[in-house]
Amino acid sequence: MKRWLPFAWIAALRFLAEGRMQTTFILSGIAIGVGVIVFMSAMLAGLQANFIKRVLTSQPQIQLLPPDEVARPLRRGEGVFEAAVVQRPAQRVLSIDQWQAIRDAMRARPDVVVAAPTASGAMLAVRGDASRSITLTGMEPEQYFKIVRVPDYIVAGELRLGTDDILIGTELAKDLGASVGDKLNVTSAEARSRILTITGIFDLGNKGANQRNTFVALRTAQSLLYLIGGVTTIDLTVSDIYAAETIAQEIEASLPVQAESWIATNAQFFTAVRAQQNSNTLIRLFVALSVAFGIAAVLIVSVIQRSKDIGILRAMGTARRQILQIFLIQGGVLGFLGSLVGSVLGAGALMLWHHLARQVDGTELFPLVLEPGLFVAAAAIATLTGVAAGVAPAVRAASLDPVEAIRG
Amino acid sequence: MADVLVLDQIRKSYNVGTPVEVEVLHGIDLAIRPGEFVALMGPSGSGKSTLLNIIGLLDRPTSGRLLINGEDTTDLPDAALTKLRGHTIGFVFQYHYLISAFTAAENVMMPMLVDRGHPDRQMEERAAELLDRVGLGKWRDNRATNMSGGQQQRVAVARALAMDPTLVLADEPTGNLDTASANAVFELMRQINRERSTTFLIVTHNMDLARQCDRIVEVVDGRITPARQPPG
Ligand SMILES: Nc1ncnc2c1ncn2[C@@H]1O[C@H](COP(=O)(O)OP(=O)(O)OP(=O)(O)O)[C@@H](O)[C@H]1O
Ligand SMILES: [Mg+2]
Repeated sequence: MKRWLPFAWIAALRFLAEGRMQTTFILSGIAIGVGVIVFMSAMLAGLQANFIKRVLTSQPQIQLLPPDEVARPLRRGEGVFEAAVVQRPAQRVLSIDQWQAIRDAMRARPDVVVAAPTASGAMLAVRGDASRSITLTGMEPEQYFKIVRVPDYIVAGELRLGTDDILIGTELAKDLGASVGDKLNVTSAEARSRILTITGIFDLGNKGANQRNTFVALRTAQSLLYLIGGVTTIDLTVSDIYAAETIAQEIEASLPVQAESWIATNAQFFTAVRAQQNSNTLIRLFVALSVAFGIAAVLIVSVIQRSKDIGILRAMGTARRQILQIFLIQGGVLGFLGSLVGSVLGAGALMLWHHLARQVDGTELFPLVLEPGLFVAAAAIATLTGVAAGVAPAVRAASLDPVEAIRG
Repeated sequence: MADVLVLDQIRKSYNVGTPVEVEVLHGIDLAIRPGEFVALMGPSGSGKSTLLNIIGLLDRPTSGRLLINGEDTTDLPDAALTKLRGHTIGFVFQYHYLISAFTAAENVMMPMLVDRGHPDRQMEERAAELLDRVGLGKWRDNRATNMSGGQQQRVAVARALAMDPTLVLADEPTGNLDTASANAVFELMRQINRERSTTFLIVTHNMDLARQCDRIVEVVDGRITPARQPPG
């Protein structure tokens, strides 16, 4: 007997050890339940972390755009319409009015970290017989690259952007058969065109982005887009990414621009995450419930099996409270031990799945995120669940009539 | 010296307030002096176990008073009864109820452990000493399941003595043993009674054993019949 252990713990551990079969089976049950919960939670956390990381490092969190052009019904006098049916006009490439003032206002806000004006539009990149449509983004590198960390992703060439230079992605380079130093003919929808030299090739880790995204100096884009002195967007990053939507609404209310936060743009993603979280929560709840019922069932049987032991313990002066403790501790210990084994199972399964499940292009399906907090939470919840599951059996044990129990 | 145990008009009814209410004990008066070794006899169903459970504070009488070492237990709450039971009464039951999850020595320690909360060296030493006394010193680390009925019952006697109780109650302690083991266990209790002046109240159906006691109390139909001295 361990000297430092109190009586109720000694009895609880001995009872568990003696009922080896039952203990092993229920521990396996708890471990599987906890394993499933850990696996699901860690995977969901990984998917979210991945997305948030992308938001934080490779895209603006708020974009300011010129307001939509609106067509008004043609009227002749008060309440008389010539043509009441109005179509939404085709949107042209437009500059943000007084964008320098707006940019400065943004930089003055304490919750805005970076404000980078850009001029971007769809273009056609031609090299020899090959042509691809691209999104050309003209920007001021020292600001813009704080938002999209292109410098971190350069795989060939260098980060030099003169007025006749362009940075392109690996996929586009492959499609056009171009490499650093080659020239591209870039034509805008406004039918302006220029010959640009590839100075760098980047890999943003995303096939679509590597195919479409290209970067040039702001001036270059302005001239291609017929937008001398103008910008199409001002990209912002903010200190608290979850406040982005509120900030966007504030900006929209005070300035003549449209402000789109990453939260609004990715509403679909958030809806999907929320739906998944809800169903996961339900699954977790039911797994926890079935684990709890399993523990309760095993402990109830144990109380019946041990009624003579309980009777004799009561006869030798054991208080009801102590009997109660013995069974609550058993529930808690089962939950705790089960959660340890389950955490190992869940983490192991996750690593295996992470290793096996790959996207078509061989990149990982989800990043492996194993937060210590998850395991601490799993252990705490499982222990509490065990204790809670032990309540009914413990109350039953404590209220056993020793006379009945001993009569046998 | 005050009587160890005084029963004053103890009555016990089962199923009180229902149509099948029965009175099992009809006003028992009994006093036991310190150091007495008393046999409690009587036909099956006469109420011996019922009486013993009441004396052992495991059950409450329907009416009447029960004094242990002069203290009236009638109005004590359950928790106090439990405490008093642990400190003053030792039990030996018919089906040698050792707790199988523990070793012989741990079973003997158990009443002290329950009382004091943590194991300590003094408990271990006392358990070892008591096991030596009942002749099972070598068996201290054996589980109850590995011991014979007679051995288990001797461990149970050692356990009953652990808290140095004023009164040991034994309900047919030898009822489940062969004659040789029964005699050995009975002889052990008698010796301990002589050595330590521990008071014993033993339910038995065995007239030979009862004759070796200081006194025989006979219960018939829930009443004590006039005392008789054991012949010889
Ligand atoms: N819980 C109970 N409910 C109803 N009647 C009971 C209960 N317990 C005991 N009795 C009755 O009380 C009477 C006395 O029982 P008790 O067990 O005290 O007898 P006993 O003298 O110990 O008998 P034995 O020698 O067979 O052990 C019996 O008629 C029994 O049926
Ligand atoms: Mg009986």
